[in-house]
Amino acid sequence: MKLVEKMLQGDKRSCAKLLSTVENDDKGAEKIIKEIYPKTGKAHVVGITGPPGAGKSTLTDKLVKNLRNKDKKIGIIAVDPTSPFTGGALLGDRIRMNDHALDPNVFIRSMGTRGYLGGLAKQTRNAVKVLDAYGCDYIFIETVGVGQSEVDIVKAADTVVMVMVPGLGDDIQSIKAGIMEIGDVFAINKSDLMGAERTATEIKMMLDLGPDMERRPPIVMVTANRNKNIDKLMDEIDNHLIYMEENGVLEKRRRDNFEDELINLVELEIKKLILKETESDGGIKKYAEKLLKRKIDPYTIRDEILEAINLK
Amino acid sequence: MSKPIRVLVAKPGLDGHDRGAKMIARSLRDAGMEVIYTGLRQSPEQIVAAAIQEDVDVIGMSILSGAHNHLFPKVIDLLKEQNAEDIIVIAGGVIPEEDIPVLKEKGIKAVYTPGTPTKDIIEYIKDNVKK
Repeated sequence: MKLVEKMLQGDKRSCAKLLSTVENDDKGAEKIIKEIYPKTGKAHVVGITGPPGAGKSTLTDKLVKNLRNKDKKIGIIAVDPTSPFTGGALLGDRIRMNDHALDPNVFIRSMGTRGYLGGLAKQTRNAVKVLDAYGCDYIFIETVGVGQSEVDIVKAADTVVMVMVPGLGDDIQSIKAGIMEIGDVFAINKSDLMGAERTATEIKMMLDLGPDMERRPPIVMVTANRNKNIDKLMDEIDNHLIYMEENGVLEKRRRDNFEDELINLVELEIKKLILKETESDGGIKKYAEKLLKRKIDPYTIRDEILEAINLK
Repeated sequence: MSKPIRVLVAKPGLDGHDRGAKMIARSLRDAGMEVIYTGLRQSPEQIVAAAIQEDVDVIGMSILSGAHNHLFPKVIDLLKEQNAEDIIVIAGGVIPEEDIPVLKEKGIKAVYTPGTPTKDIIEYIKDNVKK
């Protein structure tokens, strides 16, 4: 395939076209990933997550500047929500990063979630593979602004940076389950604002109350728009990878993530089979009708469908 | 699922008024398109680089400052240099009537002046993007 060759030689437009195929077309994605897979696995994949307006894009922009001074090649996947009503999306993360648009060693791609709910886009993982094969040393995934339970980033990244800001609620928020549990590094952004120290203290307390950890996630006070402590945050991100490599944790984490990815892949194909089966001959309506009439229970019908696609 | 149309909405040059561009971005979003907004004060080079990385079908630009005769054609030239002239370029803003034929000749496919219903722009894009 010509596009893959050109992409491997560093052609931006080919890389962009491949990303579109991966995003739009399952069969095309399969073909591309099969071809580039042996060339992946070199990049440090860093997730940047946190609530809307926390400064994820600005922070990513500054981290990229820091890495460009070290001559690293960077890929960025910036995810914003797709409207469940129209399928449209306004992808605005680029606004904070467009200073890098002309840098040949920075590739920025915006993605809409397209109905996917975990804080990422459906094809984020495959997009990461394309940028990895493209030769990026670091790939940043900026999630949608998250609420309390969008934790998929932890299954797609080597290191998760949880960006917090002062003033989002009391300490009860920090002991709830969900996004607060997935930070490998905490960044308190807008730390020049009142209440930043308190936010840091609450996170420290949350970590104190938790189970004993072999590695305690560091907390870095940053002010992204003033470039304050960005170098320190980048060091902590790098330190996390070094820690994982030295302790065998990186392999474990990536293996766990691949398990999850495989289950997803198989699940998707089975779902297609089920849809195919239940759409033929009266379709799922026929089964629903039986349920409505209380003739037969849902579990018996489930087994009927599974038998029809030879899974039982 | 069908592939959504991707549009880059950009503000080239130095004017700081993006109410119109944001309005258009919102309307295209509501019409089911993926809209990438670059923000203010972009150079033609930045706009073309962003359009290529984002693999958009359309670039929509807005200028209110009067620099359109210089900046719009520059974007067209840069797209040609990158073999990306398949990207449709449309533009809007405060554009005098007499400048419109000149811009169209340079390769801007459609020019929208104040008062254009957003519906016209949406229809133009939907009709002209190859699926």
